Amino acid sequence: MSKANLLDRRQVVSTLLANRKDVVAIGGLGASTNDMCAAGDHARNFYLWGGMGGAAMIGLGLALAQPKLPVLVITGDGEMLMGMGSLATIGLQKPANLSIAVLDNEAYGETGGQTSHTSAAADLVGVAKSCGIEDSRAVTTMAEVEAFAKAVHDVSAGPRFANVKIDSAGLERILPSRDGTYILNRIRGELGFQPI
Amino acid sequence: MHARADAPDTAPNWPDDIFATLQRFDVRQVPYVPDAGHSKLIQRVLDCSTMRGIPLTTEEEGVALLAGAWTGGQRGVLLMQSSGVGNCINMLSLIPILRFPFLTLVTMRGEWGEFNPWQVPMGSTTQGVFELSGVKVLRASTAAEVPAVLEAAAAQAYNALTPTAVLLSQRLIGAKVFTK
Repeated sequence: MSKANLLDRRQVVSTLLANRKDVVAIGGLGASTNDMCAAGDHARNFYLWGGMGGAAMIGLGLALAQPKLPVLVITGDGEMLMGMGSLATIGLQKPANLSIAVLDNEAYGETGGQTSHTSAAADLVGVAKSCGIEDSRAVTTMAEVEAFAKAVHDVSAGPRFANVKIDSAGLERILPSRDGTYILNRIRGELGFQPI
Repeated sequence: MHARADAPDTAPNWPDDIFATLQRFDVRQVPYVPDAGHSKLIQRVLDCSTMRGIPLTTEEEGVALLAGAWTGGQRGVLLMQSSGVGNCINMLSLIPILRFPFLTLVTMRGEWGEFNPWQVPMGSTTQGVFELSGVKVLRASTAAEVPAVLEAAAAQAYNALTPTAVLLSQRLIGAKVFTK
């Protein structure tokens, strides 16, 4: 199954977040949320440890509430497949400040590496595009990752979607906080909201 | 399309009461899966400049959306019918974990004069599913009690972060008529 020239997921995520400025990043359940932590914990990181299929919708709710704020969802192919309908919901709302990057290793890495639908049939770029997310990119090089990372800051031209083909190497787990209330309220504090 | 079961409820003004309460509580995002019982409220939301109606492909999307909305400082409410509650179950786990205000308004099927047996199983377990998932359940069975129930539900959901579902009973909405 292994293919040549697949990207390293940690390098992809650290590049996406390198010059993040005010970006709020939402990490989907699984290795994606660990990758975000590996790139450095940040008060604007929303780490998901559950709610599989919900990452893109959390991104949509935040993006609609804060239209000037760049919002970046970083998730895996399995998590995105479970929430595939949300691409249609996002395609309809067209939040200009929302970007979604899927780290596609064509496998459910957390559960033993079982192959996912993207390994042979499902084309998430095609899905995103046909759901109305016109800027949907198939990413296979670090130059394309860098270009996408730059585009995330343009809050007038989204939504945008990138499917990034990564290798399926299992990496050391870098675990972020598992306290959801802390994670959410830390972001709210960053955005200037008081506790209730 | 809908027969009124109770004569006093023939004028369906209760969706306007709901809308007024949601406005007063500064609700901004209104994700929904359409339902005939919610059609008037959905239209009021879509016509409103301060609320955003957001059609979903499945109800669980709405739970995650409300978490994101609250992260960005906005309140929301999820509109669905009872059959959609089952679609939400795993996503409801976000509510106690993230502690965001959760209010959902559920139009009931599968009770009071139901014609379609396929609606009955989920309609019968709707309240139990919410309660097992940590969501408090309030019910409105007549138009007259809608304002007070909505006020209480919105107050406890938004002020006390008590996850709350309001079941709008089929007696209130009117059983869907397929045959005479």
